[in-house]
Amino acid sequence: MKITKQQAEDYLLQMYQIRAFEEQAEKSYMAGKIHGTMHLSIGMEASAVGSISTLEPTDFIIGHHRGHGLTIAKGADLNLMMAEFYGKANGYCRGRGGSMHIADVEGGNLGANGVVAGGIPMAVGVGIGLKMQKEGRVLLAFFGDGAASAGAFHESMILAVLFQVPVVFICENNQYAMSFRTSDWADSAKIAEFGKLYGMPGTSTNGNNLLEVREAVQKAVEHARAGNGPSLVVNDTYRWRGHSKSDRNRYRTQEEIDEWKEKDPIVRFTEVVLKEKLLTEEEIEKIREQGYADIEAARAFAEASPEPEVATLLEGVYAP
Amino acid sequence: MREITYLEAIREAMTQEMERDERVFMIGEDIGEYGGAFQVSYGMLEQFGPERILDVPITELALTGAAVGAALIGMRPIAEIMFMDFTTLASEQLVNQAAKLRFMFGGKATVPMVLRTPSGSGTGAAEHHSQSLENWFTHIPGLKVVQPSTPYDAKGLLVSSIRDNNAVVFVEHKLLYKTKGPVPEELYTIPLGQADIKREGKDLTIIATAVMVQRSLQAAEELAKEGIDVEVVDPRTLRPLDKDTLINSVKKTGKVLIVHEAVKTSGIGGEFAAVIAESEAFGYLEAPIMRLAGEEIPIPYNRMLEYHAVPQVENIIEKARDLAQLKV
Ligand SMILES: Cc1ncc(C[n+]2csc(CCOP(=O)(O)OP(=O)(O)O)c2C)c(N)n1
Ligand SMILES: [Mg+2]
Repeated sequence: MKITKQQAEDYLLQMYQIRAFEEQAEKSYMAGKIHGTMHLSIGMEASAVGSISTLEPTDFIIGHHRGHGLTIAKGADLNLMMAEFYGKANGYCRGRGGSMHIADVEGGNLGANGVVAGGIPMAVGVGIGLKMQKEGRVLLAFFGDGAASAGAFHESMILAVLFQVPVVFICENNQYAMSFRTSDWADSAKIAEFGKLYGMPGTSTNGNNLLEVREAVQKAVEHARAGNGPSLVVNDTYRWRGHSKSDRNRYRTQEEIDEWKEKDPIVRFTEVVLKEKLLTEEEIEKIREQGYADIEAARAFAEASPEPEVATLLEGVYAP
Repeated sequence: MREITYLEAIREAMTQEMERDERVFMIGEDIGEYGGAFQVSYGMLEQFGPERILDVPITELALTGAAVGAALIGMRPIAEIMFMDFTTLASEQLVNQAAKLRFMFGGKATVPMVLRTPSGSGTGAAEHHSQSLENWFTHIPGLKVVQPSTPYDAKGLLVSSIRDNNAVVFVEHKLLYKTKGPVPEELYTIPLGQADIKREGKDLTIIATAVMVQRSLQAAEELAKEGIDVEVVDPRTLRPLDKDTLINSVKKTGKVLIVHEAVKTSGIGGEFAAVIAESEAFGYLEAPIMRLAGEEIPIPYNRMLEYHAVPQVENIIEKARDLAQLKV
């Protein structure tokens, strides 16, 4: 799949921004600046950027708890995002949601979700609405391999097919649901089979290969836009960090983690763009610096931002 | 007596019951190698093996139903739901099945299971990992609901819950897991449906649950310095409720403040208040029954907002002081 120089720059920048955001999140957490927990997506950048690169700005995504990367790929304002991570008043959710609930509804990001598989049934409803609205818009619905074991996923697949919704279900299979090894019950190919069983196209990709992810999701998006209904794409990938802040990694080996680090999706992409002569080493380095600088600016913005006022505590439960 | 934490007390109760009774087993998410999200079952996989520590993928409804089914044919499962928020997913099997099978089958079935789950805010885990939903389950005839506030109570009540022939929802609190207290090494039981007076006093009764028991005891110490003598009553079991202990305490003090973390509207405090108002304690009341509970909002992420969303020690002191001074 061919991409332009501009696309190469954009995708690389987003992947570096994600990597930098996650590294900053971890640092801020370790420094005691964050109250709560977080789920980092380092190692999964190609799945987020490759998938979402296929959308128009007016399209939607709905996410899961490991949602920082998805949010950045959907074009979030990094300052408002970091401010939300810090629980600040000017964050995307006014400090109410935090890491696990960042949403940018105006920007077409219908939110991360603290309940595993919590976004999948809603995705069906978004799809029904999009179909009724007839504007040709589509939704990418992200969830983890763990969510694919939940009843909500299976019920939703059936409704999605029944109503032929313009939704691409994207399973980010990072091999584990907390400590549960997903290969104990399914691999990416088997999860993709579920799609076919329920009556929609199902494919799996090397989720660390941005161009491969992009190609598979592009096809599914076109299928949905053309009114041909839902698809399931499974991106096979890995999370480098523990499940959340409290993970002791007892369930996997350092060798396994190191093996996957060898398959770094950013490195892989830079190798391709160098080979294709889309970007030079110097240009790549500039983009990397830019990504990290953007996140450093977001950190400074977030830290300088105000805390929510306690007087506003009871606001916002009901719509007027 | 030796001191251990609340979470160690829970682990010890499960371990000793599993050693004593081979019908007892555990089922839940990440309870094996990981040791449970809060490390409650840490080490139990090594001791009991995967035949009795059933680690499952994300399947709240199925794992709860599996416990119900196993209980129905004479096993004694302990199901763990990682956060109380996810009992919303488990509740079909719990509420429609576990709670009703015995009655529906004319008394010919029993469902001796425990569903353990941590509730509560204070960890920055935000809207989806911080709720206190215990009162939902108290509304269901056929379920028992237990909510311990100390390591001692946690062990004794969990052993009773495992041995009980009904479905018991055992509600733990995240902020109590690391708290320490004296716990006997041997097995003992605390009967379900028995409240405990955590502190005796004569001026005012505070009825509190879970972490609010600890906060109320701290508040009582402060108020004692002002000459206000507070009695703190912990119902420990919400269903069946030990009404007599609540009523007798209010008859003694004439004033009552109810404190819980769950949202005030339709919270368990309304039930406590009604029990008192319907009883002979009504004639002893020297002031209106008061409640202090969670605000009418989901639990927010921001640390300060989260702090103010539920009662804190200073709120209890203030409310109790006002009530103590109130003359009607
Ligand atoms: C319904 C539900 N059950 C359990 C949890 C606790 N939990 C949070 S994330 C997680 C693992 C999710 O695995 P997966 O879907 O593969 O996503 P990953 O964390 O691997 O990105 C679990 C068990 C939850 N949040 N929601
Ligand atoms: Mg996973």
